[in-house]
Amino acid sequence: MKYRLFISIIMVEIVILAILFIRGAGLAGKYQKDIEARRMLVSTLMLTDLSIWTEARYTRHPSQTDIFSPFQDYPSSIEHFPAGSILSPEGVYLQRGGKK
Amino acid sequence: MIKHLKILEFALSSLWRRKFKNLGLIVVFSLIIFTLSSIVFLTYSFKREAVAVLKDAPELIVQRLSAGRHEMMPVEYMKKIKDIPGVGKIVPRLWGYYYDISTGGNYTVMALREGLQDKISLMEGSFVVGSGSCVVGRGVADARFLDIGSIMPLIGADGKVRRFRVAGIFTDESNLLTNDLVIIGEKDFREVFRIPQSIATDIVVQIYNPTEVDNIARKIKEALPDTRPITRREILRTYDTLFDWRSGMVLTMFLGAILAFVILAWDKATGLSAEERHEIAILKAIGWETSDVMELKFWEGFIISSLSFLTGLIGGYLHIYFFGASIFSPALKGWSVIFPEFRLVPYINIYQIAVLLFFTVIPYMAATIVPSWKAAITDPDVVMRG
Repeated sequence: MKYRLFISIIMVEIVILAILFIRGAGLAGKYQKDIEARRMLVSTLMLTDLSIWTEARYTRHPSQTDIFSPFQDYPSSIEHFPAGSILSPEGVYLQRGGKK
Repeated sequence: MIKHLKILEFALSSLWRRKFKNLGLIVVFSLIIFTLSSIVFLTYSFKREAVAVLKDAPELIVQRLSAGRHEMMPVEYMKKIKDIPGVGKIVPRLWGYYYDISTGGNYTVMALREGLQDKISLMEGSFVVGSGSCVVGRGVADARFLDIGSIMPLIGADGKVRRFRVAGIFTDESNLLTNDLVIIGEKDFREVFRIPQSIATDIVVQIYNPTEVDNIARKIKEALPDTRPITRREILRTYDTLFDWRSGMVLTMFLGAILAFVILAWDKATGLSAEERHEIAILKAIGWETSDVMELKFWEGFIISSLSFLTGLIGGYLHIYFFGASIFSPALKGWSVIFPEFRLVPYINIYQIAVLLFFTVIPYMAATIVPSWKAAITDPDVVMRG
């Protein structure tokens, strides 16, 4: 009976997914202490940004960057840094009073 | 119920007859769901993490702009800001970037204020940053093979090499915030970068009443027209939208996967193969109702899409939360030499998963059923004769 095998596979996958999601929800609670510690770090060191992309000023500190930074060197210049092409230039958008 | 199970059994047998084609389809479909769900998990976790930790970012930062660029700020500006009613403590920040020739990495160097030693956790060693000592992030320590007590040299603006003893290293748990940080004392910072006492990088302003932040920011801008106030709300909004579905990161990867899915669904929707049409005609000729044929095709679509969806979703979860988005890392990394290993908190947004389900499984099933319905309502004799 192939349908029994199919239903079993689907059930196993659903159970795995449920276990992962429940584990995730549990971990999110457990990580709360770490998040508190990170918030303390942000507050104490007066940090403003996540340390993800360190290749350019406007990718290291997206919230602090000059709003002209991308494409600033000369007209028609291509993007200098790969991460610049996957970050949105949000500053410009918000400065113009854009809504989310 | 028995009838439905029999049709399901028939659908499975029918799919098994073309097992290589259908297994291939499940693999491709799963990969698309894997990519899409990985992006959804990654960006949502980034967003939640950023918003959670940056809630305690400075209430208001005042930068100085000169000719459209961020410029160092005279400390005397603090007096004018202090005079604005509602302004509390004002703290000058000293920070900058340092390009390390030996590793090719960019570090963020910060000067430490006094009296913070007891407040810092998430680190090995101590946070005592005296003259000639420093605290570094895990990324810097790995790039330069540093340990507690090692020497970290920095080449100053005057060309002289200054040596700092590593007093502490931030732990992996704080990587997303501290990975590229080098923290040194204020005196050392001014010496390394040749920054006089009269200037700072920017100024952090404490405001007594949070509802007055925008108002005070406006007053600062009026009193000091060459400055740019950045509020905490703007910082949070930047991160909220940075990882939004409209941001470049999501769109770049999302669009590729969506286009692949559209091609897959389009191929299905544009028609059945001669063999499939023949099969439907035979079923009709031996007495199957159109509704039975439709149910058969529904089950075929459901089997492929449900298996693919669940497999892809499990794969996406494991990829992001167990393997730290290792497949995306080369694309995300760009030219960053110092790049954190992600240890993201598994935040799951059920709404996003429902949207993913709606945009992939439902169209695929529709694309399976509609052409079959067209074939099922045609006279079997016409179909079989071709």
